[in-house]
Amino acid sequence: MDIVQMRGITKHFAGVTANHNIDFDLKKGEVHALLGENGAGKSTLMNILYGLYRPDSGTIYIEGKRREFSSPRDAIASGIGMVHQHFMLNPSQTVWENMVMGLADLPEILPKQDILRRINNISEKYSLRVDPTAQVWQLSIGEQQRVAILQMLFRKARVLILDEPTAVLTPQEALRLFELIKQMTTDGYGVVFISHKLHEVMENSQRVTILRKGEKVGTVETFSTSREKLAEMMVGKKFAFSIERSSREPGSVVLEGKNLEVLGDRGLPAVRGVSLHIREGEIVGIAGVAGNGQHELCEALVGLRKVESGKVLVDGKDLTGLSPRAYISRGVRYIPADRKGTGLVANMDVSENAILKKYWKKPVSRGYVIDWNVVRRFTRELVKSFNVSTPSISTPVRNLSGGNLQKLMLGRELSGTPRVVVAVHPTWGLDVAATKFVREKLLSERERGTAVLVVSEDLDELLSLSDRIAVMCQGELMGLVDDPSSITPEEMGLMMAGTPLSCIRKASV
Amino acid sequence: MDVVITILAAAVRSGTPILYATLGEIITEKSGILNLGLEGLMLMGALTGFSVSQLSGSPWLGIACAFIVGAGISLIHAFLSITLRANQVVSGLALTIFGTGASSFFGQRFVGTTIPGLGRVPVPGLSDIPILGRVLFNHDLLVYISYGLVAFLYWFLVSTRTGLNLRAVGDTPRAADAMGLSVSRYRYIAVLVGGGIVAVGGAYLSVAYTRMWTELMTAGRGWIAVALVIFAIWHPARAAMGAYLFGGVVAFQLRLQAAGTSIPVPLLMMLPYLLTIAVLVFITIRQGKGILFGAPGSLGQPYFREEG
Repeated sequence: MDIVQMRGITKHFAGVTANHNIDFDLKKGEVHALLGENGAGKSTLMNILYGLYRPDSGTIYIEGKRREFSSPRDAIASGIGMVHQHFMLNPSQTVWENMVMGLADLPEILPKQDILRRINNISEKYSLRVDPTAQVWQLSIGEQQRVAILQMLFRKARVLILDEPTAVLTPQEALRLFELIKQMTTDGYGVVFISHKLHEVMENSQRVTILRKGEKVGTVETFSTSREKLAEMMVGKKFAFSIERSSREPGSVVLEGKNLEVLGDRGLPAVRGVSLHIREGEIVGIAGVAGNGQHELCEALVGLRKVESGKVLVDGKDLTGLSPRAYISRGVRYIPADRKGTGLVANMDVSENAILKKYWKKPVSRGYVIDWNVVRRFTRELVKSFNVSTPSISTPVRNLSGGNLQKLMLGRELSGTPRVVVAVHPTWGLDVAATKFVREKLLSERERGTAVLVVSEDLDELLSLSDRIAVMCQGELMGLVDDPSSITPEEMGLMMAGTPLSCIRKASV
Repeated sequence: MDVVITILAAAVRSGTPILYATLGEIITEKSGILNLGLEGLMLMGALTGFSVSQLSGSPWLGIACAFIVGAGISLIHAFLSITLRANQVVSGLALTIFGTGASSFFGQRFVGTTIPGLGRVPVPGLSDIPILGRVLFNHDLLVYISYGLVAFLYWFLVSTRTGLNLRAVGDTPRAADAMGLSVSRYRYIAVLVGGGIVAVGGAYLSVAYTRMWTELMTAGRGWIAVALVIFAIWHPARAAMGAYLFGGVVAFQLRLQAAGTSIPVPLLMMLPYLLTIAVLVFITIRQGKGILFGAPGSLGQPYFREEG
């Protein structure tokens, strides 16, 4: 019996086809994975099922009856629940307040004790432990996800859609999540989970639907397929899983952070006593669940965030407390995670963005005036050598796709002679070709003798790029592994969850 | 002692218009919409309250009409900022400019006239309490209603389903939408009700406080209310503290003027504004960074469902 049937769903966004004529079914008690690359249209399709987006054409049947959802209210009433990648929670309210947000079948004066009891009942049944009176912003990401799932169970959803649920979890937390999903399906729930991780899909689903560039490639039974087949359907061509990496002896220390203490945006300690150095010609990877201080550490290392105590040295020179420009002129380059916020100015055009870190220097600047002929020549070269596909160099960068933004930024940061490159989530949201391009560029910087620091949530990426890997949890370094191939995924997961490497190795001896 | 009690009682009366305006703006901003049209709304409320009172002979009808006019003008702001997603600062300033001009224009024939206005109604029993009775319970009914409104608004925001949903809409409209709330509906109602209450604050000035109509009689009180919302960190009880502080300094400097000091009058008249700003700055510095109690997370940002 199909709980959900979607037929011929098509959706356009500003001229881009996000979904084209897609069919999708979900059975009762089934885990159905929705697989595809970033931008393949997975989230859009599920947001349509959840009533958040209205399809341009196509129909939805819930338990055989045709439904039209004009808002999530209608979808919720039909038993559809969705846990978004960015949780739909109000961080400045408590857990229980988030549970009842938008619920219509409650008295006007909220019966708090009754609500608390109901929450506890559900969280006990599915072992989703959480304090209902805690403020949501104080919870860890994993706990927030539990709240977001509870939110849907509280709404008596019978279909649960999970959008990239493991992206923010440690491997252990992810295992627990999949156990929960299994328990829910035996209780008759239908679960859709969106993912681009092949192993997750292979291990935890009964059926897989693959999307590529807004179109459905097919639906297959998981037991009858393989990782390789799924990868091929997802990407469209045979894809090499590994990249070439030469062996190379690192040189002298270029970037060094000593006992760094850094505050986060809320004024609370985000980095606690981290010491780390990166040498010429090596790539150091930093792993960890998002929000454990990686971002703040990187900003401190490139001079963008105030260092409360400790030191930042570049080529042995103490730059602590100096302006970002002092760092830039010493060859420190930064590829931030938010491309259109910190990395590029969305409303400026390609050529203006290309000179953001050199406009005050000769030959771009002559005295007080910018020589636009030089700028245009430089930008055309950059666009060509980094394969940035843009209508023109005077196009505002907000109109470029994620991959082209990243190539443009990479081109800007790697021009001249960088000494250090700090890259945060450098391949996040990029398609396979762009990902490969970015990784190759980082590796060729390593060849050239640049010190490279990469922060990523993609463990496979870190393992294939890095000479050494550090793991961060709650602002501290859990360990630094000199030989990435010697570490097991389990050890990695334990460190991400807060167990120092020394304790793990001691216990296993 | 008597002087102090008189000043304190006057503080409550001259603080009441600002209290209404501040509470109205708190309701509006809790939904995530910033309305900088308070000055214009108060002026239109003052004129409506005064003119309807004079023409009909009923001050309460005047106040009711002021509410309706305030809500009506706010509808323009609501439509521009919620439906058309226009810049809320610009739209709010437009309301102020409109209200200032329109109230001066339509108010010409009322300049120089007076009305009996709202009478004083001591609360039986309570007004006999020493000191407190004369300070708090020897006023007109609209003052008592404002006490009730402070308590009600606090209770509404903390304990009711609608209040909780309103906060969610103002903090995280995307989440509220995903949980099945109509962001637009909540915002429209909040802007209209809030605007109406702001206009009642203006009406209090002309119907109960001065009982006459003067051009530009709000004299920047609307702007003080905008600032007080922040000082009050969107908390109704703190709004009352701020409003009475401002009112107290107004009463105090009037007293000084009457006593004939050598301090130039313009300087005295600056005092309430200077002091309110100073307090605001002080409070903001002390609070420093971190999460404010009630600053709505999406204040001033239009919500559009289908982006990204």
